[in-house]
Amino acid sequence: MVSKAKRLVTGGIGALALLPLIHAIAAEPAAQPEGWNLLNMPKGVTSVSQNVYDIHMVVIWICVWIGVAVFGVMFYSMFAHRKSRGHQPANFHESTKVELAWTIIPALILIVMAFPATKSLKHLYDTSEADLDIKITGSQWKWRYDYLGKDVGFMSQLATSQASIYGTAPKTEFYLEEVTEPLVIPVGKKVRLLMTATDVIHSWWVPDLAVKRDAIPGFVNETWARVDKPGIYRGRCAELCGKDHAFMPIVVNAVPEAEFNTWLAKKQSEAVALRALTEKTFTRDELMTKGEAVFAHTCAGCHGATGEGIPGVFPALKGSKIALGPVAGHLNIVVNGKSGTAMQAFGAQLSEVDLAAVITYERNAWGNKSEDNIVQPVDVFKVKKGQ
Amino acid sequence: MAHGPAKGIGRWLRATNHKDIGTMYLWFSFTMFLLGGFFAMVIRAELFEPGMQIVKPEFFNQMTTMHGLIMVFGAIMPVFVGLANWMIPMMIGAPDMALPRLNNLSFWILPFGFSLLASTLFMPGGGPNFGWTFYAPLSTTYAPPTVNFFIFGIHIIGASSIMGSINIIATILNLRAPGMTLMKMPLFVWTWLITAFLLIAVMPVLAGAVTMMLMDINFGTSFFNAAGGGDPVLFQHVFWFFGHPEVYIIIIPAFGVISAIIPTFSRKPLFGYSSMVYATAAIAFLSFIVWAHHMFTVGMPLAGELYFMYATMLIAVPTGVKVFNWITTMFRGAITYETPMLFAIAFVILFTIGGFTGLMLAIAPADIQYQDSYFVVAHFHYVMVAGALFSSTAAVYYWIPKWTGRMYNEAMGKVHFWVSFVAFNVTFFPQHFLGLAGMPRRYADYSLQFADWNMVSSIGAFAYGASQLLFLYNVIATIVAGRKISDPKVWEGAEGLEWTVPTPAPYHTFSTPPAFK
Amino acid sequence: MASESSYYVPENSWIPVLTATSLGSMALGAGLFVQGKTPLILLAGVTLLACVLFTWFSTVIGENMRGMTNAQVKRSFTMAMGWFIFSEVMFFAAFFGALFYVRVLAVPWLGGEGEKAMTNSLLWQGFSAQWPVMQTPDQVLGGTKFVGPHENMGFPGWGKVLEWLPLWNTILLLTSSWTVHIAHHAMKHGNRTRFNVFLAITVALGLAFVAVQYREYHEAYTTMGLTLKSGIYGTTFFMLTGFHGFHVCLGAFMLSIQLLRGLKGHFKPDDQFGFEASSWYWHFVDVVWLGLFIFVYVLG
Ligand code: HEA
Ligand code: HEA
Ligand code: HEC
Ligand code: CUA
Ligand SMILES: [Cu+2]
Repeated sequence: MVSKAKRLVTGGIGALALLPLIHAIAAEPAAQPEGWNLLNMPKGVTSVSQNVYDIHMVVIWICVWIGVAVFGVMFYSMFAHRKSRGHQPANFHESTKVELAWTIIPALILIVMAFPATKSLKHLYDTSEADLDIKITGSQWKWRYDYLGKDVGFMSQLATSQASIYGTAPKTEFYLEEVTEPLVIPVGKKVRLLMTATDVIHSWWVPDLAVKRDAIPGFVNETWARVDKPGIYRGRCAELCGKDHAFMPIVVNAVPEAEFNTWLAKKQSEAVALRALTEKTFTRDELMTKGEAVFAHTCAGCHGATGEGIPGVFPALKGSKIALGPVAGHLNIVVNGKSGTAMQAFGAQLSEVDLAAVITYERNAWGNKSEDNIVQPVDVFKVKKGQ
Repeated sequence: MAHGPAKGIGRWLRATNHKDIGTMYLWFSFTMFLLGGFFAMVIRAELFEPGMQIVKPEFFNQMTTMHGLIMVFGAIMPVFVGLANWMIPMMIGAPDMALPRLNNLSFWILPFGFSLLASTLFMPGGGPNFGWTFYAPLSTTYAPPTVNFFIFGIHIIGASSIMGSINIIATILNLRAPGMTLMKMPLFVWTWLITAFLLIAVMPVLAGAVTMMLMDINFGTSFFNAAGGGDPVLFQHVFWFFGHPEVYIIIIPAFGVISAIIPTFSRKPLFGYSSMVYATAAIAFLSFIVWAHHMFTVGMPLAGELYFMYATMLIAVPTGVKVFNWITTMFRGAITYETPMLFAIAFVILFTIGGFTGLMLAIAPADIQYQDSYFVVAHFHYVMVAGALFSSTAAVYYWIPKWTGRMYNEAMGKVHFWVSFVAFNVTFFPQHFLGLAGMPRRYADYSLQFADWNMVSSIGAFAYGASQLLFLYNVIATIVAGRKISDPKVWEGAEGLEWTVPTPAPYHTFSTPPAFK
Repeated sequence: MASESSYYVPENSWIPVLTATSLGSMALGAGLFVQGKTPLILLAGVTLLACVLFTWFSTVIGENMRGMTNAQVKRSFTMAMGWFIFSEVMFFAAFFGALFYVRVLAVPWLGGEGEKAMTNSLLWQGFSAQWPVMQTPDQVLGGTKFVGPHENMGFPGWGKVLEWLPLWNTILLLTSSWTVHIAHHAMKHGNRTRFNVFLAITVALGLAFVAVQYREYHEAYTTMGLTLKSGIYGTTFFMLTGFHGFHVCLGAFMLSIQLLRGLKGHFKPDDQFGFEASSWYWHFVDVVWLGLFIFVYVLG
């Protein structure tokens, strides 16, 4: 009688302690879990992600059962062997048999876990025979996607407004998960992803693809993904990369192959059209309007919305010697950046038109007034070509 | 030799007494804990809901970094050195530490080092903002100018650790009472012997890492710059060669504390003394050869990934031996639940959970999903807060009657325990969910699906923080007005030399070597 | 004191906290100095450190001479010195580790070998892996920040072997290890003159080593184009040999203090801890050099 009650109580306490854990893992992942339902890893949409999910579940369950056994014994003695119940201490210690058992059994369990893990890792590392190569470049705090051999490449950065972040505008559904332009990939094709970075280490993580790979400046890392289901998959930068680490999301748009090809063709012709614009001469107002927009989403992150900068880290552009000085110096630092500082070479990121606009803007906004204060795309083009 | 403490502030500045120095270490560490905890509160307050409300992202990063650095180097490491100072000489029958003046130096470096570190927060450009792991090139080329103070601060703090460890090793190997062979030492002494060895082995490597940074920043070398033939990942290898043993440096003395407390309150000797010693040694050995499990996503060659995965998984075996030993010690004992025992039991449960998540992280393909997410944050707070911090709290409750000759308030201790235990889980359990669902760590702001669990976590954190104030109050109240006790043994089931000397422990414990069994 | 108990616990002392103060101001001062601000705080720290260490060591020596330190305390000192040297070994291990990593992994990857072939074709086309790195990836792409050397420190071939400075340095250091050993032996047998003479020779050899290394650095900077800024080869070369050279200076300084003490007759055949500790340090410095000679010069 007593012992039954005893067992019930200990079992109860044990279960209680493990309840949140069991709850967490028993729940089937919902399609888009959020709020209280957000408990587990997504199963994802690639063979790797499903593989990883399965291993994750197996290991979790093994741990839960070891936990139930170990804590079960513990809760039992905590309850049954209390002094207040008058239990007298035994005085046993050392037993080679028991000690061998609890060394060997865990070791065997580990070996069991190691097999699927090894297999999965080999699969994950096999980047051979890819259908498409995409180079992914992280820069503070945006991504660039280049479709190798296709002559298409673009920047992708946070589209959520500062106002929304600082609470002066409402937060929409995809707060911090929306970008100016998503990465588009074809469904059912093995896409090789080549990661690198221009400044610090970033890490390209999309949970649904089970891809997380560091983008390291000066090196190229390879991984791959074959998405089976069309859809939009969202991810984030996962390696601390400075101030706006939390603000460089990733959006992947997986589309059927035909749709992908039309998209690619469209991007290619857009690139041609943009290049033609380089020869056009713009008015001051055109440049200022465009420049303000470019500044807001490309430069304001460091130099501040009103060019005030952050003392000691990012120089103010308002009243800056370079922005007030000869145009050549200004063009040089924006196009070529300054190596060894956070100031990137924007020549590789922005079009001639955008560069001309933003430089013009910087030379005229916030009370900056410099001698020749209009820069045209051709001027930028010359600098880029090294003339 | 002076027979009592000197008067005034000179007693502390000029101290050579291990108890005085131990006391200073303990208070210093508690101060740092409050500071690091305060930074954690800033983090949790900012993460209370989506959007930037309280701080700017650049300051958030400084908070995260300083929180990690201060907790690891300022709170947890010194607290165990403080306990070592107080207890090791008493446990092995020594009059003091082997090198008392060096001991004083090791301590007094810390206030200088940490003031320097903390003062960078007020300098132009702000304090370190590159995480406590300070990966290059974020911490080199892209660091704020104050990084130089950070580097030299780490240098002297590291020197302090090395000197402290040399002292502990010399004390243990040289000053044991006659008859106390190595295999008769209390486990706390054993764990510290091994920890001190780890410290001497890896702190110089950390010094090497920051020296390489210094050279890259100021003198044009290219250790971590591919343009010159170096590699940013080299930094991570050097750092984690230090960093992984470091996390065991944090937990191994905790194992020693728990191995002292559980037998006492179970009134039963530790189940397997020698297997505990060997397991600790095995953990220490393995800790040197698993470092790159922190780097499963940097793109190591497949063979490297596999090797580091297997080696890391192995650590579960000796750690399991420890857990099983504690439980078998409790089994068929006569258990009572004073505050130290409550914390010790919570340690066993929560540390094991943290160990399980550690094992999950060790599975390289799955770590692709976990790495740098809140799942990792949950893992290491389970092993570091519920592990190291709970055990040092337990140690203070356990030994404070011996230190002061006064008993702490048991009811308040129990309240402190239960609030801590519940609040801890409320804070950190949901972080597993967040991480699995895709929330990266070191994020100043997050998207809307993560809002609910973050709010829960923040509420738990505030409660946890508040409960630590109760602890502070209890400790002070004990020192100034606790019930006086004089029984040398204090706890019914306690064993060991430290419980044979009078309570409170006299200023100089053993002026002649005590007889030992 | 020593009669009161068999243990010796020193009196309260101002020295350690002053040492900590000096280290604190050195850290602060060094931080300011590398940023191009005032060197005064650094200098003040160094001066204070020199003074307190002098006081500290003379106190300990004085205590020893007065017979206050018993065998147990000496054993503690011995252990402390041993573990201190171990920590120094680990410090060098970090730099050797860095050298092996870049040689075996990073540079070949940059050159397109092994797993990271795309690194070379996408980022550093034209760079080919070789050790020593004579042309940095930066330089291959037309950069000027890291410019490799015209010549390296490797083995110049048997024809020029006598002009090869590291070989001379190896000979100097090995000899000095041997002379310090003779000095030790001499003291054990109570032969003070022989001790002093051989210790003096050791110090002289140490200084000669430093002089040769100075010449080597001078040549590297002026004629070989090998500098701290010449990419990873210059980086590892100067950091490893530089820290070693610094330790040689330290060791030579320690030994010269022991020489002064020897001349004053401080040591006895069974009581010469200060000297022994310095000589272990010297042997350690020597062993590190052998590692350097092999991995930085012969295979470099
Ligand atoms: C006190 C500190 C401490 C301790 C003790 C541990 C213990 C362990 N840790 Fe943890 N870890 C940290 C502190 C600690 N860790 C920190 C601070 C980080 C993050 C650093 C950063 O990036 O900032 C980290 C990160 C970290 C990672 C990297 C995650 C990532 O960034 O991707 C990994 C990966 O392998 C890992 C693994 C482990 C393992 C396998 C153990 C093992 O030692 C656990 C062993 C214990 C058990 C397994 C439980 C008991 C055993 C049994 C009951 C036996 C039976 C069990 C089985 C057979 C399963 N840890
Ligand atoms: C042993 C070390 C240790 C300890 C004890 C703690 C304790 C705590 N940590 Fe710690 N933490 C780390 C080590 C530790 N942490 C490390 C190494 C990191 C990684 C850093 C990095 O990424 O680089 C980290 C990161 C980290 C993060 C992730 C930050 C990020 O990724 O951006 C979070 C977030 O919740 C967090 C929370 C907490 C909380 C709530 C506590 C609580 O336990 C603290 C409770 C204590 C107090 C609160 C102090 C006492 C009370 C007061 C001072 C009065 C004020 C109280 C109130 C206002 C209520 N920590
Ligand atoms: C990631 C951070 C970052 C971004 C984004 C950034 N800059 Fe900069 N910028 C810097 C830093 C850092 C410097 C200082 C470089 C130095 O040390 O000289 C700088 C310097 C400059 C200067 C020279 C100012 C002076 O007085 O020295 C100009 C002009 C400038 N940036 C323009 C721009 C423009 C235009 C853009 C956007 C197209 C931009 N920056 C985006 C970080 C950034
Ligand atoms: Cu990019 Cu974090
Ligand atoms: Cu680790």
